[in-house]
Amino acid sequence: MALALNTKRRMVTAALVAPAVAWLFIFLVLPFIAMLVFSVGERAPEGGYQPAFTFAQFANLPARSAAFWNTVILAPVGSFVCLVVAYPVAYYLAVKTSPRYRLLLVSLVVVPFWTSLLVRTYAWMYLLGSRGIPNLLGMIGFEEVRILNTPGAVLLGIVYGYLPLMIMPIYVSLEKLDRRLLEASADLGARPVSTFFSVTLPLSLPGVMTGLALVTILLLGEYLIPQLLGGGKVFFIGNALVDLFLQSRNWPFGSAIAVTLVVVVVFVLLIAMRIAWKIAGTRQVDLV
Amino acid sequence: MTSASTNDIEFRSVSKSYGAVTAVSDINLQVPKGAFVALLGPSGCGKTTCLRMIGGFEQPTTGEVWINGQPMNGVPAYRRPVNMVFQQYALFPHFDVEQNVSYGLRQARPRINAREISRRANEALEMVRLGGFGKRRIHEMSGGQQQRVALARALVNKPSVLLLDEPLAALDKKLRTAMQIELQTLQRELGITFVLVTHDQEEALSMSDLVCVMNAGRVVQLAAPREVYDRPSDLFVADFVGKTNRIAATVDADGSTLRLADGSALSIPGRTGLKSGSAILALRPEAISLHRQNGSAPGKLSGIVTHRIFLGSSADYSVAVEGLGDFLVTADRRDLADGDLVEPNEWVVLNFDPGAAHIFPA
Repeated sequence: MALALNTKRRMVTAALVAPAVAWLFIFLVLPFIAMLVFSVGERAPEGGYQPAFTFAQFANLPARSAAFWNTVILAPVGSFVCLVVAYPVAYYLAVKTSPRYRLLLVSLVVVPFWTSLLVRTYAWMYLLGSRGIPNLLGMIGFEEVRILNTPGAVLLGIVYGYLPLMIMPIYVSLEKLDRRLLEASADLGARPVSTFFSVTLPLSLPGVMTGLALVTILLLGEYLIPQLLGGGKVFFIGNALVDLFLQSRNWPFGSAIAVTLVVVVVFVLLIAMRIAWKIAGTRQVDLV
Repeated sequence: MTSASTNDIEFRSVSKSYGAVTAVSDINLQVPKGAFVALLGPSGCGKTTCLRMIGGFEQPTTGEVWINGQPMNGVPAYRRPVNMVFQQYALFPHFDVEQNVSYGLRQARPRINAREISRRANEALEMVRLGGFGKRRIHEMSGGQQQRVALARALVNKPSVLLLDEPLAALDKKLRTAMQIELQTLQRELGITFVLVTHDQEEALSMSDLVCVMNAGRVVQLAAPREVYDRPSDLFVADFVGKTNRIAATVDADGSTLRLADGSALSIPGRTGLKSGSAILALRPEAISLHRQNGSAPGKLSGIVTHRIFLGSSADYSVAVEGLGDFLVTADRRDLADGDLVEPNEWVVLNFDPGAAHIFPA
């Protein structure tokens, strides 16, 4: 009887989990296996893939080193700049605003998501292009300033686009912060700055790390913003992949790049989370 | 200067309001150096607001709070010579026990060297009998242990006043009693002023040398625990501190006789300043004696036992007296002649000394 009940419960659990597992298996695990297989293969003469076992594709990685470095540098830098801009906003929203206006202000943060990122990035193209800000600068004597199609423009674009994703997790962890801990800190003689660095910041680290991980991971795969604001076709790895799969049809090389990227991301993430857990003394992860 | 003052804490016509709501109105209060004072009152009476104004977490709307003979208006919490044990302790979850306790020392400027910090932190932990627990994380400690950590953390800076905000509320009864004794001993040993906020009258009476009863943002009575219990200044105090029977009565024109609702008269000799008119007689349950009614025993009132709450060495009886309503009587088992408990539905007679009653204008 008990056994039957147990079996039934297990079947219910299996039924509940099955759709998600099937989805992930078909659209994540299988493609990833295919990518692994492709990455050790060769490009067929007419493009695409032909079976082989060679590490030649990985040896060839330096050929896309520019895109690789652009991504590996701009993604963390972009997410760090996001953090620097987002933290004060999140702090203000969670700690300083009166609860009456908090909901309104927090929803303003996500308002940009109501418009497509494509449209908003096009707007930036215009603003940063020769008829936008450089034109205005020209009127006050700074001629020939180029902003569009520079790494700076890409950085600006990604910080703009991903800021809400950084604000939200930090806001959540700051909002949960027990105000009495701040009072206790002050009571024990800590000045406000000291309280911030000894109590507020460490206790909001799970949110900070979640934000950093979220934005960095998404940036590593970013395609649209570097394509529109960065000029050259192979600015980011995302752009290089599109180029390799759709234009030059070198699937094995594209797969090798993608596999390398995944390995780097997993590695960086593991280290980052370990550091965060250690400092915050908890394994909670603040997701929105 | 500070040495000239004998009061550690002084409230000078302090009021505090939040918008239209007045939390504390016109409080004048002096806490002598080295006293253990309890701010006692129901929730919302303003006791916590008072404590927070001493700590520097709230600023008075009008009036001044003085600590150590210095006005504290505008002085932020981190500059005040007081420390607080917070309700639910507010320990830092990302620090271990020793880091929590040493936090105050690490804020000191000029800096104290690391060895000295560690020595003093461990000394404080020894004081609350938590030696050797320094490396534990906060969530590994029990409620009672967390309470001690909070105490050590607040005392490590050697404050001149220790503030305690309902410190025992989260502990079970046995632990609470043990901590009451411990807190009292600690206070005697250290000789620093303790200000305790509590809504638990037993806690206030048992630990403090001075009880400040508050109601609706005002101080109703400030006196020694025994004084507060034996001579409550008004009906609120009589009701809030301990249990009280309230009996409606009328004071005669000459102010020497009290007439109860059932028509019986009590002479109240030696009471001066009683105004004639309606009054309330307040009587402690243990000031009334209860006997079985067996014809001969004379009594002022007679009634029937409706409920009995057995308490071990004594019992609380609810006695319905015709014309006067229900009386609560605490009777020691020893004081009953035969069998040690009176059963419900038995007829009893009640006696009391009018001198033990408090009479308040209604």
